Amino acid sequence: MENETTFEIQEKDGLLVHQGVIRVPYTWAAGEVASRFYAGLREKKVLGLRCPACKVVLVPPKKVCHRCFSDLTDWVEVGDEGVLQTFTVVHYSEPDLHPVEAPFAYGIIKLDGADTGMTHLIGEADIKGLKAGMRLKAVFRHQPQGNYLDIAYFKPIEEANHG
Amino acid sequence: MGTRTAIVGVGQTYHTSKRKDVNGQELINEAVRRALEDADLTLKDIDAIVIGNMDHFEAINCVDCWSVDGSGAFMKPIMKVTTGGSTGGTLGSCAYYHVASGLFDVVMAIGWEKNSESDTQAAISTCADPILERDFFGGAIGPNAAEYAMYMKQYGASEEDAAMVAVRDHNNALNNPYAHLRKHITVEDVMNSPVLCWPIKLLDSCPRSDGACAVIYAAEGRAEKIASRPAWVHASAVSHDYVYFGDYDWEAMPTLEATASRVYKRAGIVNPLKEIDVMELYLPFSTCGVIWMEHMWVCGRGESPRLIREGVFDMDGELPVNPSGGVLSTNPIGATALIRIGEAALQIMNKAGSRQVPNVNTAMATAFGSCYWFEATILRSGKP
Repeated sequence: MENETTFEIQEKDGLLVHQGVIRVPYTWAAGEVASRFYAGLREKKVLGLRCPACKVVLVPPKKVCHRCFSDLTDWVEVGDEGVLQTFTVVHYSEPDLHPVEAPFAYGIIKLDGADTGMTHLIGEADIKGLKAGMRLKAVFRHQPQGNYLDIAYFKPIEEANHG
Repeated sequence: MGTRTAIVGVGQTYHTSKRKDVNGQELINEAVRRALEDADLTLKDIDAIVIGNMDHFEAINCVDCWSVDGSGAFMKPIMKVTTGGSTGGTLGSCAYYHVASGLFDVVMAIGWEKNSESDTQAAISTCADPILERDFFGGAIGPNAAEYAMYMKQYGASEEDAAMVAVRDHNNALNNPYAHLRKHITVEDVMNSPVLCWPIKLLDSCPRSDGACAVIYAAEGRAEKIASRPAWVHASAVSHDYVYFGDYDWEAMPTLEATASRVYKRAGIVNPLKEIDVMELYLPFSTCGVIWMEHMWVCGRGESPRLIREGVFDMDGELPVNPSGGVLSTNPIGATALIRIGEAALQIMNKAGSRQVPNVNTAMATAFGSCYWFEATILRSGKP
């Protein structure tokens, strides 16, 4: 992506309005911690960091515990299944911002073995039938790229049918 | 004057062109940890935090909140200040105001930038008025180049005079393990480096750096217990304006003259050349190191090139300038001016390592930003 600047002058009733658009490319370093997390996703593994003082596993991981300020280095793999803690359904489309078209659901999922929730899309689901507390499983993208959407979405786990 | 206030701890990152191994929060964290370590304090001792950078460089506009994991400001009072290149000076002033107000005993200022994450010059150009000026002043070099061209014509100064400033600052950086550019250079190297914006050449110019700095301020009563030799704040001044570049009074430099006059008056300084032991100046280009000495009343108009040639501002000169290597060697913009204050404090505290100037009792730090904004701080080993 290159820099792009557009500029346009509009005039109404003798008053000029200068309208500009500036697009600036950014290259954000993920850092060692997020890089390792994303490398894990590429292998269909979800990694977290355990805080030795607070005894909690942070997923997604962070380098410093926001509660006690400890430097975190204890990597653990957590499950790719978890519990939907809360969710919402989006009813409008914003093609430049949203990864999928509306209507879609996203929620906070606490993975098995993690103590913090992970925000993600919910797919392959009856949106009207979503309930907090239901169990979900990660569906990984076929061609991972090393970003958050290497998990394409979480889908509800079919309850075992004993009938 | 409020509660007497001193700097008691300084921390900074090892500055470099790209820190891909850390994100911004983690970069900030490194400086914070070093400052706490330097002062032998823990996060619990910090009552409030001020943080700053330049929003456009990373496109993160709620840095005060976003950075909490790195700054350690979780559940603490934190606020962001951002004033372009002078941000670090403003941060120092705000931390000082916090303590001097009597409301907080120990306050940390944090400046940071990851210039590698965007197009710095494009971002800087957004400081210029969009309708009248932005087309012409893309980035930071233009106005300073125009300023030195004017000065050379008026006083017969040369490009080599500026090159000598570049040589001084770059070679001083060899003594500073935290500096970004650490390479021995000569006047010839500067003169042979590519012209960026005449008369300013590549080696006359500051780099873009990734880095962070944290400085801890404490109130009288606490400061003496934390540091064996605190750096007491005797004066702090902020002078910002907004004029179109074409309208600026280049020959009088009113913002710099007003800033310097205010801090000298507050600190009782009559002859800065004789009474100040070391200066850490925000000189983004070597040319500024020629002209601005005069506007800071260090010498008379047109006299600066002679003092530079005589070595007055060298490490072993009468008034060493930029023992750290200055902005020409290290420039993480939101941190740059706070590094000046931190380095000045280290000189007072006698903790500047191999860049230490002997027997420093009075030090001055300055900040420069965008549309000729200046700020300054005077620190001393004795209480005000």
